[in-house]
Amino acid sequence: MISLQNIRKSYHTDYNSLEVLKGIDLTINQGEFVSIMGSSGSGKSTLLNILGLLDEFDSGEYLLNDAAMDNLSQKQAAMYRNQLLGFVFQSFNLLNFKTAMENVALPLYYQKVDRKKRQALALDYLDRVGLKEWAHHLPTQLSGGQQQRVAIARSLITSPKVILADEPTGALDSKTSHDVMEIFKEVNREGITMIIVTHEEDIAKMTNRIIYLKDGLIEKEETGTISQT
Amino acid sequence: MFDLDNWQEIFNTIRKHKLRTGLTALGVFWGIFMLVFLMGAGKGLENGVTGLFGDRAKNSLYMGGRFTSKPYKGLAPGRSIRLTNEDVAAIRNRFEDEIAYVAPRMWMPSGEVTRNGMSAAFDVRGDGPDLIHIDPIKIIQGRFINQMDLREKRKVAVIGRGVRNVLFEKDEKPIGGYIQFKGVKYLVIGIAKSSRRGNNGMEDEKTIYIPLTTAQQVRNRPNSVGWFACAMHPNVKVSTVEHKIKDLLKERHSVAPNDLQAFWSENIEEEFAEVQGLFFGIRFLVWFVGIGSLLAGVIGVGNIMLIVVKERTKEIGIRKALGATPNSIVSMILLESVFLTTIAGYMGLAAGTVIVSLLNMAVGEGTEFYGNPEVDMGVAVTALIILIICGAITGLIPAMQASRVNPVVALKDE
Repeated sequence: MISLQNIRKSYHTDYNSLEVLKGIDLTINQGEFVSIMGSSGSGKSTLLNILGLLDEFDSGEYLLNDAAMDNLSQKQAAMYRNQLLGFVFQSFNLLNFKTAMENVALPLYYQKVDRKKRQALALDYLDRVGLKEWAHHLPTQLSGGQQQRVAIARSLITSPKVILADEPTGALDSKTSHDVMEIFKEVNREGITMIIVTHEEDIAKMTNRIIYLKDGLIEKEETGTISQT
Repeated sequence: MFDLDNWQEIFNTIRKHKLRTGLTALGVFWGIFMLVFLMGAGKGLENGVTGLFGDRAKNSLYMGGRFTSKPYKGLAPGRSIRLTNEDVAAIRNRFEDEIAYVAPRMWMPSGEVTRNGMSAAFDVRGDGPDLIHIDPIKIIQGRFINQMDLREKRKVAVIGRGVRNVLFEKDEKPIGGYIQFKGVKYLVIGIAKSSRRGNNGMEDEKTIYIPLTTAQQVRNRPNSVGWFACAMHPNVKVSTVEHKIKDLLKERHSVAPNDLQAFWSENIEEEFAEVQGLFFGIRFLVWFVGIGSLLAGVIGVGNIMLIVVKERTKEIGIRKALGATPNSIVSMILLESVFLTTIAGYMGLAAGTVIVSLLNMAVGEGTEFYGNPEVDMGVAVTALIILIICGAITGLIPAMQASRVNPVVALKDE
C-alpha cells in the first residue's frame, strides 16, 4: 500500500536548514494498523504530512497504491488526498459554521457527489460512530470525543484506502481515547490501513505495529497488542 | 460556476458570517447608491435647465433692427432700422443652402383682447407658418397659420393655452369662436402650448398668433417686419450665417460695415452650447464623485476578502486536506466576492432608483431649474457591471493567496 525509500526532508529558514527526515525506508501493507511514535522533533508529524501529501519531500521515493508520489501538482495531490486518504487531526479540524452532517459530507462535495446523496451518506457514517442524533448540531455544541468521532466519520466517508491520524487522542481524556481507538480498530478490521502518530505509549500499544522515530530516522519497530488478522 | 452546490456552499458561508457580509456589502451598496443618486439629481438639474429651452430649434437665430451708431454714406448715426418683406425675401434667396426656415414676425401694440364681455391683456403677434418649426410651440387643437391665411390676410388667430383658459369656459370649444382685438374680430383656428418649462412656458401660452400680413394690414404698415427668426439646415453653424446675414442687411440698409449696434441678434445655438458645457461639467463631477465612492466600495470588498482569507486560512487548509483543488478554492473566494458585490450593488441600484423616483414625485411638474430627475438605466447598469468586474479583480488577489495556502501550515495555525 505504502512504500517509502530513503525519504529525506529538510526545512530551511533564513539562517539555517534543519534536516527533519534523514532517509526513511518504510513499507506498510494494506490492512495494517500502524502507530508512529517519537518524541517531539523526531519528525513523526512531518512523516505523516508527507504520507498524507500535505507536504512535499526533498528526495527519495514514495509509492502510494503503486503510484509514484513525486512532483505532484497541487491538483493531483488534492485528488489523491480526496480519493485515497482520510485525515483525523488532534484538534479535530471541523468547520465550526457547518453542522456535523455537513462536515462529514464535505469530502464528497469535492468529489462532486450529489447533495442529497452525500447528506444521506453522511448520516450513515454518523450513525456508524453513534452520532446520528447529533447530525444537525454545530461542532461547538459537541464534546471533544464527539467532535473527534465526527472527524472520523468525515475521514471515512470517501471509503479511503488509508487513514492518517495525527495525535487523534491528544486532546481527549483516556476513556474517550479508548472509545476512539475502538472505532479505529473496527475501521481497520474492514481492511482500511490505519496510520496514527502518537506519543502515548498505551495508545500505540493498541496498534499491531509500532514504529519508533528518533532524530529523523526509524529507530526500531515493535509489535503491538493486537494481532494481524 | 453554475453548480448549485457551489452556491449552497457560498450561501451557507455568507449566512454564517452575517456581520462581515453586511459590512462588506455596505460599502458597495453605498458606492452604487451615491452614483445613481448623483446621476439622477444631476439629470434632474439638466432636464430642468434644458427644459427652459423647450424643443425650440437648437440651431436657430433671432434678429432684428435697432439704431445705427456710425455715420455712413452721408447718413447720420441714430437712424432707426426697419426690416421689410424684401429683406426677408433677400435672406431667403441668398442663404437658401444654409437656412431652412425664416419666420418674419411683427408685434402688435399691447391692448385688451375681449370675448363675450371678458377681457384681458395678451401679447398679439403677426407670424408666418414657418414659426412652428423654430419656436417651442405645439398645436394641441386645430391648426397653425398657413400660407393661405398669409396670402388672403385672413383674420384668424391661434391662441395659447393660457389665453383659452381666460377667455373661454372649460366646456366651450374655442375653435370656431371669435376674439376681438383693437376693434377687429379674429376667428380662432388653433390652440398652442409651449414645450418650455416654468415661467417662459407660461408666457408663451399667453400669446395670440395672427397672420403676419393681417398684422401688417391692421397696423397699416404693409411692408414692415419687426424681427425674424430663422433655423439652419442641419450641420450649418449658426454663428457663420449670423455674420453673413448681418452683412447682407447692412448693405441693404446702408449701414457702416463696422456698426455693431444696428442689428441685434440672439444665437440659440451658442446659448445652448454654453448650457451643454455646464452640464458636461456637472456630469464630470457626478462621475468623478460616483466612481470615487464606487472605487472605495470595491477596495473595501477586496480588503475584507483579504481579511476573510486570513481568517479562513485554517478552513482553507482543512478543505485542502479533504481534497479541495486550488481552483475550487479560487472559485470559492471569487464567487463569494462577486456574489456579494453584485447583490449589494444591485440593492444600491434599486435603492438609488427608488430615492430618485421619490424625488421625482416630490418635484412633480418641476420648478424653474429642476425637473424630472431620472436614472439613466444604461449608465447605472454599466456601473454595476464595472463594479462586478472590479469585485472579481479585487477578489482575485485574496483568492490566489488562498489557493497558495499550505495545508500543513494552515492546520498548525491554532
